[in-house]
Amino acid sequence: MKNRDELLHTIQRYDFALYDLMLYLDTHPKCRHAMQLYAKYRKQREEAVKDYVEHYGPLMALQSDTTKKWNWGQGPYPWEKEAN
Amino acid sequence: MWTYEKRLQYPVRIKNPDPRMAQVICSQIGGPDGELTASLRYLNQRYSMPSDKTKGLLTDIGTEELAHLEMVSAIVYQLTRNLSEADLKKNGFDKYFVDHATGIYPASAAGVPFTAAYFQVKGDAIADLTEDMAAEQKARATYDNILRLTDDPDIIDPIRYLRQREVVHFQRFGEALRMVQDSLDARNFYACNPSFDKNCGKNMCNRRMK
Repeated sequence: MKNRDELLHTIQRYDFALYDLMLYLDTHPKCRHAMQLYAKYRKQREEAVKDYVEHYGPLMALQSDTTKKWNWGQGPYPWEKEAN
Repeated sequence: MWTYEKRLQYPVRIKNPDPRMAQVICSQIGGPDGELTASLRYLNQRYSMPSDKTKGLLTDIGTEELAHLEMVSAIVYQLTRNLSEADLKKNGFDKYFVDHATGIYPASAAGVPFTAAYFQVKGDAIADLTEDMAAEQKARATYDNILRLTDDPDIIDPIRYLRQREVVHFQRFGEALRMVQDSLDARNFYACNPSFDKNCGKNMCNRRMK
């Protein structure tokens, strides 16, 4: 199991690739190679996010725990050094 | 609609406080070529764009600029943690401190508060996309200047990332501008407003001959 920092950085790497591919596809919507890469990284990102949310809490409000204690508001917040 | 994701786009982890650099870098929050003006420029310009591609691109880049605003704010926030009384008086940080303490306020490095006058929404795709390309270069040049003012690797790393994104956005805006121009009469791009005039770019030659 990866620690929180490693898992977060993995998600940031996938998201960086996905965001950059999205902007590229905005102006090149017929590029099959870019779409294949997008599909590949999206799948890998989904797995990493599932892992992260399960162990370290929600990245988005919709992923919050509703069984024990509402954990969406829990820090550290992204601008704090401890969150990075 | 927007939804918040509780993470930075790229990590910011600054060990040493540096109020001098905080005061300089804060220009990329609320300064003339900062991330706030970038985001508002694109998110406001998108409504009058003539094609789905340019509407989409401005939405997505405008959204990414909000993530950059959060990154620059995180840099300034972390640079002003645990300041001593001596730190506050050093290098003129006292002038920021007296109004904002260590809060994050959108202003330029010289203290000029943020203003929407930093950007324009012309409602003309060629005018707006040309401004957007210039804006990306001005932001890139500002990040270059910031890199000249520090040797702290904790600052340099995220600033280099932000600089690189300006270069990518410039490239995408260049493609968007070319796509708009390709839909017009190549002999005169400026005969009409492609976002407003009906039939702009169509049968220009015939219309002139009448």
